[in-house]
Amino acid sequence: MSGAQAAHEVAGPRPGDAGYWPAVPRRRKISNFAFWSACAIALALVVAPTVWLVVGIVARAVPNFHWSVLWTRTNQLSGGLLQPILGTITITVGAMVIGGAISVLTGLYLTEFASGRPRGILRGAYEVLAGIPSIVLGFVGYIALCVDLKLGFGLLPAVLVISVLTIPYITKSTETSLAQVPSGYREGAEALGIPTSWAMRKIVLKAALPGMITGFLVAAAIAVGETAPLLYTASFSDQSPSLTHVTHQGVPYLTYVVWGFNPNQVQSNAANILSYDAALVLMAFVLVLILLGRTVAAFARRNTE
Amino acid sequence: MTSSTAPIAGPDGAADLPLPRRAGSAIRAAVRRGEILRWLGGVGAVIPLLALLFILAVLAVEAVPAIRLDGLGFFTKSVWQLGGGYNAQIVTTDGVKHLSGDSFGAVPEIAGTLITSAIALIVGVPISIGAALAIVERLPRRLANAVGVFLELLAGIPSVIIGLWGALTFGPFIAHHITPVIARNMPDVPVLNYFRGAPGYGEGLLTSGLILAIMIIPIVAATSRDLIRQVPILPREGAIALGMSDAQTARKVTLPWVSSGIIGAVVLGLARALGETIAVAMVCGVALTAVPGNIYAATTTISATIVTQLDSAFTDGSGFAVRAIGELALVLMVITLVVNVAARWLVRRVSGTALPVGRGV
Repeated sequence: MSGAQAAHEVAGPRPGDAGYWPAVPRRRKISNFAFWSACAIALALVVAPTVWLVVGIVARAVPNFHWSVLWTRTNQLSGGLLQPILGTITITVGAMVIGGAISVLTGLYLTEFASGRPRGILRGAYEVLAGIPSIVLGFVGYIALCVDLKLGFGLLPAVLVISVLTIPYITKSTETSLAQVPSGYREGAEALGIPTSWAMRKIVLKAALPGMITGFLVAAAIAVGETAPLLYTASFSDQSPSLTHVTHQGVPYLTYVVWGFNPNQVQSNAANILSYDAALVLMAFVLVLILLGRTVAAFARRNTE
Repeated sequence: MTSSTAPIAGPDGAADLPLPRRAGSAIRAAVRRGEILRWLGGVGAVIPLLALLFILAVLAVEAVPAIRLDGLGFFTKSVWQLGGGYNAQIVTTDGVKHLSGDSFGAVPEIAGTLITSAIALIVGVPISIGAALAIVERLPRRLANAVGVFLELLAGIPSVIIGLWGALTFGPFIAHHITPVIARNMPDVPVLNYFRGAPGYGEGLLTSGLILAIMIIPIVAATSRDLIRQVPILPREGAIALGMSDAQTARKVTLPWVSSGIIGAVVLGLARALGETIAVAMVCGVALTAVPGNIYAATTTISATIVTQLDSAFTDGSGFAVRAIGELALVLMVITLVVNVAARWLVRRVSGTALPVGRGV
């Protein structure tokens, strides 16, 4: 436009002539600039708090961080983080197994078999499940599993509650990635006379696998970071998680250490240091899981293109 | 085994075989046709629905006695307190056992939930949409991808860590450096006088609202960005050809094109803000008995009350305090479900593309 404007300034065509092009009024330029500046400020306001948050946590955690906390046992309010780390991993893996199995079956059924009204209802159910506040899940888990079914605080109720929490994420990614498998794959398998189940396993699921893995990793990142549903189902203890005592024995996990050992909760220097250490370990877990998920997704995209 | 001489069992010849082999071949055939998979999948797919109904049923059963006893007072009283003192006794009113002298009014909880979420939307939504526009229309592709990773990481940061930062770094910072200045200089006129008065200690409505804004930004910004990317180029080129500036095109063509989707994303963010627990519990100050007088005062939300008060509710021998918390949970669940279903309905009806689930990752 600047060329046209320059032409106007050299007294080219006058208003009414063919090829007349009016200059851009200064008001428009200013309002345009103001709008995009506001957008740039908004972008900065998205990025800045995240940087502040990460830097703030890391800056407080690192000066007192020793690698030994990773393998030292927690002892009351001091020591290391061994049991909480094991507990977080156990709960997450358990949720991936139970929630993952249900989610993959659900996603498979919704894309391959269901249709019409049942599909709408079943899909609506898991999407609505995603909207339930996690504390409500925790409360229901406590009332139904720990009290009514007399399981007490333990690994089993914790894993069940976290499974319900992860179902929407894994199901969604399974459904999306199955829907993206080209229909030519299915038709080709059918034309070759490959039985449905074999085609499903060897061709359709295989093509959808990277997307599903990404979903699993994202769900794991969310499971690792949950606190509210675990407080009243896993409770806490300094026992290591045990696969033979899944009820009536509290399970330690990292988010509890951040929540319960921080300077606003307890006046103990050792505990406060542990709280920040746990936050650091949690962030590392989440970072690794999300970046791994992106890598798998990028790898799969390169392979298909 | 004289399999070499036995007739080959065709689809109809299975009747000649002994029962175990007939059963085996039937199962094999079912597996081949995918019927087992279909059946298993059906069982799996019903579980989320059953879980949803189970959650609703458990909450309803737990809350019914509390609903009967509290009645409308639950929504008009603002005192949340267990039965008072050492001489509290278990009494029975209307067939419901509870402690004498207890009172469960949820006005501060409900008001706190709604006000903190409103602050989160007022602050977070313009920032998210502006950032999404800047990412799509202004940033080079490579940088836009980097910001995308950034948003995904922000969405993945555990809320307890955001709460830790909010309670020990962010809250004290704004209480020392920002809120005193605003509180002193705000004119004493309606609406703005909520910004006057005691600047607080960094735990309260404003901090909770801002923390929630940080938590909904990834959902709203990432969804808006994806929606804005889908706007076709032709209408935008048409707008430019008609002499609109970039900013006018963005405001009058691009954003209206996807407005229903953005509204859906905002409502999804609202659902997240309403239900967020741990981060808010760490920065709200948990004030159970009064609606805050200004924007810096300590407050509470439904979820923060549940998570911080369930422990002491166990001490109520009549079990009524836990039922009252069940009623709170039911109220929260109904609010968030209505918001969620409305968002999905809105987006499906208008644009045909579905919203992301949960945190939008």
